[in-house]
Amino acid sequence: MPTTTRRITIDPVTRLEGHGKIEILLNEDGAVDRAYFQVPELRGFEKFAQGRPATSMPQITSRICGVCPTAHHMASTKALDDLYRVAPPPAARKIREMVYSAFLVEDHTLHFYFLGGPDFVVGPKAPKAERNILGVIAKVGVETGRKVIEIRRKLRDAISLAAGKAVHPVFGVPGGVSKPLTQEDAAQFRQAAAEALEFAKFTLGVFEKLVLGNREYVDLIRSDLFTHRTYYMGMVDEQNRVNFYDGALRVAAPDGHEWARFDPREYATYVAEHAEPWSYMKFCHLKAVGWRGFQEGAESGVYCVAPLARLNAADGMATPAAQEAYLQFFGALGGKPVHHTLANHWARVIELLYAAERLKELADDPEITDPNVRVLPEEAPREGIGVVEAPRGTLIHHYQSDARGLITKANLIVATQNNAARISMGVEKAARGLVSAAHADEGLLNMVEMAFRAYDPCLGCATHSLPGSMPLLVVVRDRDGTVLSSLRRDGDGGIHRS
Amino acid sequence: MPEEFEPKIVAFFCNWCTYLAADLAGTSRIRYAPNAEVVRVMCSGRIDVQFILKAFAKGADGVLIGGCHPGDCHYQEGNYKALRRYRLVQRLLPQMGIEEERLRLEWISAAEGDRVRVVINEMVETLKRLGPLRKAEGERAADLVEVA
Amino acid sequence: MKPKVAFYWCASCGGCEEAVLDLAEAVLDVAAAVDIVFWPVALDFKEADVAGMDDGAIAISFVNGAVRTSHQLEMARLLRRKSKLVVAFGACAQLGGIPGLANLTTASGVLDEVYRDMAVPLRESREDGATLTLPELFDAVFALDRAIPVDYYVPGCPPSTKVVADAFQALLRDPPPEPGTVLAPNQAMCDECPRRDRRPEDVKLARFYGVEERAIDPADCILAQGFPCLGPATRAGCGARCIKGNMPCTGCFGPTSAVRDYGAKALCSIASIVSGNEVEEIDGTLDGIADPVGTFYRYSLPASFLGGQAGNLPHGRQ
Repeated sequence: MPTTTRRITIDPVTRLEGHGKIEILLNEDGAVDRAYFQVPELRGFEKFAQGRPATSMPQITSRICGVCPTAHHMASTKALDDLYRVAPPPAARKIREMVYSAFLVEDHTLHFYFLGGPDFVVGPKAPKAERNILGVIAKVGVETGRKVIEIRRKLRDAISLAAGKAVHPVFGVPGGVSKPLTQEDAAQFRQAAAEALEFAKFTLGVFEKLVLGNREYVDLIRSDLFTHRTYYMGMVDEQNRVNFYDGALRVAAPDGHEWARFDPREYATYVAEHAEPWSYMKFCHLKAVGWRGFQEGAESGVYCVAPLARLNAADGMATPAAQEAYLQFFGALGGKPVHHTLANHWARVIELLYAAERLKELADDPEITDPNVRVLPEEAPREGIGVVEAPRGTLIHHYQSDARGLITKANLIVATQNNAARISMGVEKAARGLVSAAHADEGLLNMVEMAFRAYDPCLGCATHSLPGSMPLLVVVRDRDGTVLSSLRRDGDGGIHRS
Repeated sequence: MPEEFEPKIVAFFCNWCTYLAADLAGTSRIRYAPNAEVVRVMCSGRIDVQFILKAFAKGADGVLIGGCHPGDCHYQEGNYKALRRYRLVQRLLPQMGIEEERLRLEWISAAEGDRVRVVINEMVETLKRLGPLRKAEGERAADLVEVA
Repeated sequence: MKPKVAFYWCASCGGCEEAVLDLAEAVLDVAAAVDIVFWPVALDFKEADVAGMDDGAIAISFVNGAVRTSHQLEMARLLRRKSKLVVAFGACAQLGGIPGLANLTTASGVLDEVYRDMAVPLRESREDGATLTLPELFDAVFALDRAIPVDYYVPGCPPSTKVVADAFQALLRDPPPEPGTVLAPNQAMCDECPRRDRRPEDVKLARFYGVEERAIDPADCILAQGFPCLGPATRAGCGARCIKGNMPCTGCFGPTSAVRDYGAKALCSIASIVSGNEVEEIDGTLDGIADPVGTFYRYSLPASFLGGQAGNLPHGRQ
């Protein structure tokens, strides 16, 4: 590469959900000066939610993301429970969590084999045409490839049975679910659960063999290049074990101690957003610590969510095989907390195992065929907050409505937003460490992308919103190009004319 | 000094009642504002909501529906269907930024030539007050290339 | 030589990508039969790889998502140039989709007042002496065929597995389908509804209900129970999956070929079954539809005649 190159663009970033590009800026010596992970998309869900019936929100918000629609659907449905002050009967709660567990298994499977996994299974610098699911299948064999596809199909078919569709489910209603399960439905879930558990153990084995068994990969995971010491947030049950469906939110500090533990309804006290002009994705940070820029450490409010964070923030896993894997994980990586971003891939497989075990627990529970799956609301709706752990992190839906149940305000804090700052830092650090004007081959650039892929980002999710006002500069020129006037609108809506 | 705005009205009149009334107004030499383009339909119940919205999209500032009085529909039920659709469309229009007075439904029998005059004149006044539906012809916030 | 195929997403949620993956084992057969040259969710090919191809080198590009940024418009145009056929895949590409509800608000209402006929500029920011750009956000959301000529449509949010599989088959057939065809059955969803036999001869409703008010009976016709089910106005092909989930159809497969503006027709068909001849009675019934535009135009606002907020937006499809 000629030394006069000042900018390297990776466009689009690939093997994730959503749109993004990475701009790497080089100085005169050919070293990386800055790198920016830019998200160029925006759709405006919080805006056009206004005026919609709250009961349509589980299906509308699921369109924020077709890869994790079940997460939005679930957070939204829980927000409706809260909005209408109605609690679902036990069978409905179990059906919801069972469907949700099935979703976690198939979505984490998607990431490991299709999205992030190829970087390890095929190799980060393997030829571009091979770094994908087809390359994975070529490496692990067609049989395994078919197994991956089959288990996802069976899980998604089971989800459709209960929820109508796997992409954009329909079954969430305030106070329960739309229909009960038959004995045949339950049998199908049990079958899928048993296979999912086998598959989860198999996948952990694949990871141990192909990744942990590879010295180079282990060094990469442990390298300082992909390490950041930040806060970590995740949902936990009463015993501080990871739970995806319900619980409290717990934050671990960079040194591992419990920094906060709170009812998710109080999220606004703990989490705030920050915007930069070069990306549509906003950056979450811990309010009490404050925004100190893209910095790590206890003095900076940057935190992250999703598998690594959840394992760091919890004290253990609620099911036996996953708990064993949890202990092995921290044992191998030097205790809690683990700050290595690429360890997300390992943590994700452990979560996959937990979700499969939990799925089996619920599928075996006879109460899931109980016909009583609904409590009808009696109170007028007003305000509701629903929180779940999406595969990609903590997901918060907060609605306010009028007495008829039409949304007046919707605020969504969506998974990957919580990771936005750390993703940006990770991309820049990796670019600085790997890339220079003389060394910027395709494989190295892919390794820069690996810095974000570990988080399994969902950028459609992260850019759901329309900020109250877009930072905007408008310049009026006459036909000859002479500037007649200009007008600037700031991110807070302030307008300045000149 | 801008020209005075002359609203465009598309009027869907049913064949058996309102259209005859308009005809009667004509033969009686009753004068009224010339702003309405009349479209004859066999029954007000024939009016598909697509016609109404397309009229607005094509440049109408107001849409008028004329049908037989309740109980007098040549096809028994057609005008009731029109009434039900009309009430629902009226709830849709404000959500799309169209004032609900831009759509009007009137029962006008074949003998009521003068009523045609009254209604159309009233509607023109209302629309003059509301202004044109689109602020400026050809105004586009974003323009995509013509489909080849 | 295997035909080259591309998948791309504009203002999309990724659900259409999942819909293709939901072909499950059959996806391996597809991957074996074609050469996938661009698919950002799954493969590492970049824009530059597409730009470097000859025009027309790609046999078929499947584009999902609506168009709402300048970058998405560029990508749509790029793929159009490089492809023999372009298929608008999914409700967003065909009709604008749920993101099309953003057309109810103007992104820059205040500026519109003061500066008419002004395009919103490309966002630029300067960081440490370098210029970073973001694409321009259009003031409206557009369906794909407002940006480029489209050869075929695959409807649904997302398209069902059967419709996807049948569409792939249809595109490989010789002769191919009529240009402009929507690749799904051309009849109403009611025709494939499992509750078809429970539908009364004549549906007349005095009241509409929301799911917060009562539970839906899992056997009877959902519309006859008083829930606004849009099956009668919606194209078939989905296998009535929402009905099987015991929830009403919300119209994601869009219209049959007889209809130009889906929302208008859906509104028409629901209004027609309201009982009552007096205004007060009718109004009382219609109070049960609290949000007409969200109910009838949920997926199709950009493709409708008005396109969204009248007076501020370019016309929808005529």
